Amino acid sequence: MDLAWNDYVTIFLLLFGCFFALTGGIGIIRMPDFYTRIHPAGKSDTLGQFLILTGLAFQLIETEPELDWSYTYSTDPWMCLVRLVLIIMIILFTAPTATHAITKAAQLEGLEPWVAPEEKEEADEEASDAVNSEDDGAQEDSGEESND
Amino acid sequence: MTNIIMVAGIVLLFAFFLILIRAVKGPTVFDRILAINALGTKTVVLVAVIGFISERADFLDIALLYALMNFIATIAVLKYIELKRLD
Repeated sequence: MDLAWNDYVTIFLLLFGCFFALTGGIGIIRMPDFYTRIHPAGKSDTLGQFLILTGLAFQLIETEPELDWSYTYSTDPWMCLVRLVLIIMIILFTAPTATHAITKAAQLEGLEPWVAPEEKEEADEEASDAVNSEDDGAQEDSGEESND
Repeated sequence: MTNIIMVAGIVLLFAFFLILIRAVKGPTVFDRILAINALGTKTVVLVAVIGFISERADFLDIALLYALMNFIATIAVLKYIELKRLD
């Protein structure tokens, strides 16, 4: 199998793109709650799709010029490249925007972020301590807000 | 070269099913919307990959259309859930 230089670039980009797409899928399955699932869906997937589409775009380069000039307007490699670049730009702009909109909607709906069980117990204890100290009249600013 | 692109398409399909599991069993409605949005953007890439495998340039037009429609659909569903109406 003889490969031209753009084939190697395509293989490299497709490999990385598939890696990011797979990690995005696994992350969406395994993350514990909605706010953590945003990360694989918003970042990893977008990067993976960007890499795969860029890898496909390198296939449009003609390393062995064909003598067949019967290109129609829609199968011209340059027009295909323009369309691919358009798809890449649209995905790069809309995928993070949609993820942000979903997050905003969830926040407005009042969805609570997930907290690890041990940290949740500690937070509960600190909250109860703060309530007790306020009952004693000690008006010290609790450190919880700075811990965010 | 077609075989290599086909392998990439199969890997994409596998990631597709992983996200589909989340769309089916997601506990909140936002999990489902997030999964469907990710599925939509993956579909765009899959359509483009199929176009390159079968060497038909028309598929790129379909992918372009789907990329535009997917974003609008996500925003519309979000608006419906947030406002309980679509106007």
